[in-house]
Amino acid sequence: MITILTRRILSLIITLLAVSLLVFSVMNLLPGDPASIMLGTSASPDTLAALQKQMGLDQPLPLRYLAWLAGVLQGDLGNSYTYSVPVAGLIAERLAVTLPLALMAVVLSVAIAVPLGVTAARYRNGPVDFFVGLFSYAGIAMPGFWVGLLLILLFSSSLGWMPAGGFPGWDAGLGVGLKALLLPAVSLALAQAGVLTRVARTSVIEVMNEDFVRTARAKGLGESAALWRHAVPNALIPVVTMLGLQFTFLVAGAVLVENVFNLPGLGRLAYQALSQRDIIVMQNVVLFFAALVIIMNFLVDLAYLVIDPRLRAKAQ
Amino acid sequence: MIANILRRPVLFTGLVITLSLVAIALLSLVWTPAQPSKMQILLKLKPPLSAGLFGTDHFGRDLTSMLMVGAWNSLSTALVAVALGASVGTMVGVFLAARRGWAEVIGMRICDIIFALPPILSAMMLGAFLGAGRFTAILAIATFMVPVFARLTFGAALQIWTRDYVSAAVGMGRSGFAITFTHILPNISNQIIVQVTIQLGLAILTEAGLSFLGLGMPPPAPTWGRMLADAQTYLGQAPWLALLPGLAIALAVLGFNMLGDGLRDLLDPRDRT
Repeated sequence: MITILTRRILSLIITLLAVSLLVFSVMNLLPGDPASIMLGTSASPDTLAALQKQMGLDQPLPLRYLAWLAGVLQGDLGNSYTYSVPVAGLIAERLAVTLPLALMAVVLSVAIAVPLGVTAARYRNGPVDFFVGLFSYAGIAMPGFWVGLLLILLFSSSLGWMPAGGFPGWDAGLGVGLKALLLPAVSLALAQAGVLTRVARTSVIEVMNEDFVRTARAKGLGESAALWRHAVPNALIPVVTMLGLQFTFLVAGAVLVENVFNLPGLGRLAYQALSQRDIIVMQNVVLFFAALVIIMNFLVDLAYLVIDPRLRAKAQ
Repeated sequence: MIANILRRPVLFTGLVITLSLVAIALLSLVWTPAQPSKMQILLKLKPPLSAGLFGTDHFGRDLTSMLMVGAWNSLSTALVAVALGASVGTMVGVFLAARRGWAEVIGMRICDIIFALPPILSAMMLGAFLGAGRFTAILAIATFMVPVFARLTFGAALQIWTRDYVSAAVGMGRSGFAITFTHILPNISNQIIVQVTIQLGLAILTEAGLSFLGLGMPPPAPTWGRMLADAQTYLGQAPWLALLPGLAIALAVLGFNMLGDGLRDLLDPRDRT
């Protein structure tokens, strides 16, 4: 187990390094000088030269990459040009919104998808299965940011039950904060739930045909008990896999949904950095998001090894 | 063939939806009820049926015409992006399957890395330097599609490489290149077709997201995503502005997803669950 773990962690580190190199290359090799992009065309040559020096643009590329990397490893991501504050603090502050939002969306999507998928599998090819199928098609097809607009239209504009956007901060109380994140989380969760429902249904159907479920039935267990006690726990591995794979889309969805609901999260930060041409913030936020996706997939990989001893044997 | 399609409701529905959208998109090239960029301030924010079929937006532009042209803009961007991503991805996938060894290890790792960057973020990075626009959107979506197709074709090609007739071709001294073209690609083409269809749905969704953020085609070209972004301001006043473009996006994605599922059933019965 320790050898597998070491190998996986090594490969994780190499992947993360490669991602940092990719992000750095895109940001620095594309036509256009980051300093002049940030300052616009009206900047004086002196200001431009000063910013170039501050950003280290007068150094050779490999040195700049290494300097950035060393900074990232020490938690020093440089200073935001527009906000004049350390980027690391900015990211940490925004993460306090994006992370709970993503977690809520994941919990909601699993809470919707697993019961729906299992029920559809139980009553396969019946009317319930048909409607669950429709739900999952609709969930996948509806853009999360549109669902967000519809939810605002219904729950804020018409009914007035929920805030239409914005985030009061966690200081305002846990309940108030969670309430502000509820509609955005639902908008994000629906698409995820659509995909996960399908996976859960297929997976349960497959497991229901396995020998151990037949044995469970043969020893006199009722259909529901065989399903929930034996089939469902075994059918969850593909659901976890899909959760990991979907994380990229969750991140992308968060960027959009945060903009719909005016949430001061990481996605909104990336978007604002783009419109303010704050390359330093962009570069670090993009790296952060990519690293998050890679680490999530790494954790899912590890989760298999813990859940399934057969994979452990195979990996050795 | 037609009886085969009619017997499969998912395939049939998917086909009807996508063909209708393609027809509307093509029609918009030669005819729309009004000039989509023509502003008529006196007619602004008219609800559906009171001015044109679907009403007007905050500039008094005809929503029906904008939706029609939006269909063309959205479909054509998605199509070019997927075609580009699928071609490059497939080439990479079958090449790696033919080469194996270090090329495989490195190639697949690069795929993992690209896959970790959501197209919205790569579009933002590209947009900062190249400027927002259709080219940036296509490039960002296509880049994301490359690992998707590389992984799919790599896996599928590996299976074909283990077949007896491929071993025979290897034994006869045929090159990896020749085998890839005569045996591998024809045998995995069905899987590629199915994946292209499904990814078209995803590309439309992504394009809409990019346009929503202002990273798609610049105004005045109407796109479904930007129509939604504009609708935000008038949500309480003119809800149809938010309903209709979103419905168009959802319908297009639904159509391509159903078509993909239906095609998978039709072309690859082994995969059926």
